[in-house]
Amino acid sequence: MTGAQPSRVPLLRATGLGKTYGSTPALAGADFSLRAGEVVAVMGPSGSGKSTLLHCLAGIVRPDTGTIIYDGRELTALSDTARSALRRTDFGFVFQFGQLVPELTCVENVALPLRLNGEKRKAAEARAVEWMARLEVDDTAAKRPGEISGGQGQRVAVARALATSPRVIFADEPTGALDSLNGERVMRLLTDASRDTGAAVVLVTHEARVAAYSDREIVVRDGSVRDAEWAV
Amino acid sequence: MSIGHTLLGLLESGPRHGYDLKRAFDERFGHDRPLHYGQVYSTMSRLLKNGLVVVEGVEAGGGPERKRYAITEAGITDVAAWLATPEKPEPYLQSTLYTKVVLALLTGRGAADILDTQRSEHLRLMRELTRRKKDGDLADQLICDHALFHLEADLRWLELTAARLDRLAEEVRR
Repeated sequence: MTGAQPSRVPLLRATGLGKTYGSTPALAGADFSLRAGEVVAVMGPSGSGKSTLLHCLAGIVRPDTGTIIYDGRELTALSDTARSALRRTDFGFVFQFGQLVPELTCVENVALPLRLNGEKRKAAEARAVEWMARLEVDDTAAKRPGEISGGQGQRVAVARALATSPRVIFADEPTGALDSLNGERVMRLLTDASRDTGAAVVLVTHEARVAAYSDREIVVRDGSVRDAEWAV
Repeated sequence: MSIGHTLLGLLESGPRHGYDLKRAFDERFGHDRPLHYGQVYSTMSRLLKNGLVVVEGVEAGGGPERKRYAITEAGITDVAAWLATPEKPEPYLQSTLYTKVVLALLTGRGAADILDTQRSEHLRLMRELTRRKKDGDLADQLICDHALFHLEADLRWLELTAARLDRLAEEVRR
């Protein structure tokens, strides 16, 4: 792992994103840019379109209008299969509730994305344990998600997001279900690890103390984004 | 902060010279605002006059202050009473920011821009405090957390106000 400074060149750039669910507009002409290695907080009131923006940027949801360029490729033009492959190799995800597979042990959960990418079980779990130690949850390796605390579960989820060495981590309210102390621990470990590996982070949060771990913030309001960096 | 009570409290663990008191204060409480020597001596003179400390001994030698102070029973009682008295919560009514928002609405300027600018400034300071907290010891963390929670409260007010700007504009222009 080596330290890395944010690059000046956008790794991910979205222009004019629009998305409507039924008759409800979730995004209306949102612009966004993300440089390699930077941590950007996406803030805004509930229902402003923060999570929809994250889902579009991550290729989970296809926007109705607008384009997303990731590392020179037009994400919005890729097939579902190609976007799924990209999510497995280049992106990591952390959600408000860890979304760990309850039937698997914690180490199997962390190793899961590596296994899906074709890595052998032994090697995948060895790497998983390294990340779990980094996130201070290696003692939960043999336990199932139901046997650990919420804070430990989120740290296991962060280890899983980092295990494939992604270039971008998408975190949607990663501390939303945690108390202050556990939330701070998750944010410290997540941002330290991302800075060490050079991974960029898109961090959706409504908590200012969580956003304070970012390099800069954007504010989503009524589906549009105020992104001062976008003009750079 | 009551410097007098804090210095008295530091004396409860044993007598100290004025210089030792300043050093102990700065280490624990003076991260941003270390005490001036003059503040220590003027405070100790007042405490001495009020019978809350006594001079236990005076040492000859170099340095500006060689008096060794000890807390009295009255001083211990005073510290206990101070610790037991709750601090007055600050209501922060009629803040400058509220005034700016109302004035902007009254004069047809962009109140949302004022709130956005203030949010950025608050977050800039919160980032600084977060960095300091990450690099600091537990005392640093507690001090920074206190400031961070207050700044966060301001930001929650900013968000709520931003969401109510249309209504506020109607009311102030009535």
